[in-house]
Amino acid sequence: MTTTTPPAAVGAQQNDGSTRASRVRKRLNSRTATVVAIVIAVVWTIPTFGLFISSFRPEAELKTTGWWTAFTDPQFTLKNYQDVLFGQSASSGQLANYFVNSLVITLPSVLFPLAFAALAAYALAWINFRGRDWLYIGIFALQIVPLQMALVPLLSFFSRGVSLGGITLMPAWNLDGAQNFAQVWFAHTCFALPFAVFLLHNFISQLPKDLMEAARVDGATHPKIFRTIVLPLVAPALAAFAIFQFLWVWNDLLVALIFAGGSEVTAPLTVRLAELAGTRGNEWQRLTAGAFVSIVVPLIVFLSLQRYFVRGLLAGSVKG
Amino acid sequence: MNFDFADQAPKMMMLLWGLVAFAVVVGGLLFVLDAVPSYFARRREAQLVAASASGAPLPRRTKPREGFFALFFLLPTVLLLLIGLVVPALRTTLLSFMDGGSQNWVGLDNYRWMFADDAIVRVLLNTLVWVTLVPLAATAIGLIYAVLVDKARLESVAKSLIFMPMAISFVGASIIWRFVYAYRGEDQDQIGLLNQIVVSLGGEPRQWLLDSPLNTLLLIVIMVWIQAGFAMVVLSAAIKSIPADIVEAARLDGVNPWQMFWQITMPSIRPALIVVVVTISIATLKVFDIVRTTTNGNYDTSVIANEMYNQAFRYGQNGQGSALAVFLFILVVPIVIFQIRNLRQQRREG
Repeated sequence: MTTTTPPAAVGAQQNDGSTRASRVRKRLNSRTATVVAIVIAVVWTIPTFGLFISSFRPEAELKTTGWWTAFTDPQFTLKNYQDVLFGQSASSGQLANYFVNSLVITLPSVLFPLAFAALAAYALAWINFRGRDWLYIGIFALQIVPLQMALVPLLSFFSRGVSLGGITLMPAWNLDGAQNFAQVWFAHTCFALPFAVFLLHNFISQLPKDLMEAARVDGATHPKIFRTIVLPLVAPALAAFAIFQFLWVWNDLLVALIFAGGSEVTAPLTVRLAELAGTRGNEWQRLTAGAFVSIVVPLIVFLSLQRYFVRGLLAGSVKG
Repeated sequence: MNFDFADQAPKMMMLLWGLVAFAVVVGGLLFVLDAVPSYFARRREAQLVAASASGAPLPRRTKPREGFFALFFLLPTVLLLLIGLVVPALRTTLLSFMDGGSQNWVGLDNYRWMFADDAIVRVLLNTLVWVTLVPLAATAIGLIYAVLVDKARLESVAKSLIFMPMAISFVGASIIWRFVYAYRGEDQDQIGLLNQIVVSLGGEPRQWLLDSPLNTLLLIVIMVWIQAGFAMVVLSAAIKSIPADIVEAARLDGVNPWQMFWQITMPSIRPALIVVVVTISIATLKVFDIVRTTTNGNYDTSVIANEMYNQAFRYGQNGQGSALAVFLFILVVPIVIFQIRNLRQQRREG
């Protein structure tokens, strides 16, 4: 860079030149950095944005021209949403109904593991009993069992009960109609517990030891400490897990397919959407609006509670 | 309008039952745990009063032991895990050595079938491609983005954009991307973004999801799109937790950004990198929704989880489905052992 400078001026110029060069390089660097970051951000947002715009375009337009033409020739309608949510024909989606199913599936599937795991995590962290460490390791290790390992036997457990050598240990559940929700709640609760215990244990075990001992000395029993001290202190962790589980259950397809079935009484939005995508893959006016109906609730939850979600994510993945 | 509130009533009743069951179980548990110790306390008090009145020796303490509480705190979790996970997983392992109807023992036949049937070998290879490419691509993009937007203006907005796909279901994401890959004949206007780009560059539109092996790569793009946000968030937190004095010292030594990245940032965030790669690998091994929603496993795109579902729940081949599930589990184990090793090593160093 400085090879052409006359020897007499080398000292002064070199210094000056190198700072200028580094300044230029730095600016170039930061400019490339900005460009790359913007490119990634655009690529990550455009697909969702395109689908969102399309969901408001009239069917005829949507099927014949690209969504980007909506900027030069704007034509928007809410008809797609009306059709997909409340439409008369069986092919239209009737998503309002499935939306209710998703809600009914999700609420208990979040509450049960949350409560059970909080209790278990407290016991594993603060009650002394024999075999505690082994039990914790066992529950921790169950995280790696893919839920595929449990699906076939669990389904037969619900439909045929459990019998050993001709003796019925557990009768079949014999559920029908809306009762099938119980199966889905049960499955989601079981599958969520290992991670839930692990995540909440991470938080609960880090509460100050002095606090617990002081409470014990004051004569507080474990249930009392759990309710009045632990629960309020780990509320952010409870929120983190609740968001995780909410997103997981609301967005789940596999568990719902197997335990809720495809009937309109119990199937959630994801099952219905996957079905529409399979049988009516070119009815974009329904798929676009339908996809947004399913996305909107988790998106609201996610954006409003992102802080807790990120905290849980970091505690759940890095400390482990 | 086809939405009748009367149709929803049974579901709402069921939801109500679920919530009542929740209140009864959890509330009942806490009540029992509260009531029993106070019963013991009252009885002891009464005994003490009686003893001091009659001058008899004080009775021995009868306080419920710690184990009693532990039992009740852990009972629901342990029971549910046994019924819902442990016993079924053991049974699946047994079923994998039996025939489709789970009547007769067939030894290793199901595993032999897995590696002999060309279609299934294809499935295993596809899974291998997924589990190699997704963690690498998602982590790389997440890392680059995390470094680029670190301390930039609007950092949190920029991060939200990449992170948002995590809130979208795999089914929703699949529909979003199917729309990007949508195809119209050559003489028509394209409605899919990818084909529009190809056409405007002078190419011919293609049915992207039908051409193997390109279609598998395009499905992998969807998974990378979802997982990069996770990688970005965890790695960004790791970058921010690098001690400021190390960064400052390096800067005083005149280290350029490139060297800074390789000599300071990368070694410091290595543990977080490993966690991210491991977590994404495990999630990728189990990927099911994306393949099912986009191609339903046709055109040579199927993966293990998808094939397991088809065998066990569509073709009624419990044996073969179970063998695939067990194989999935076997694939997860080395990844987890790798992570545990790393954690141990880290702890020894730290």
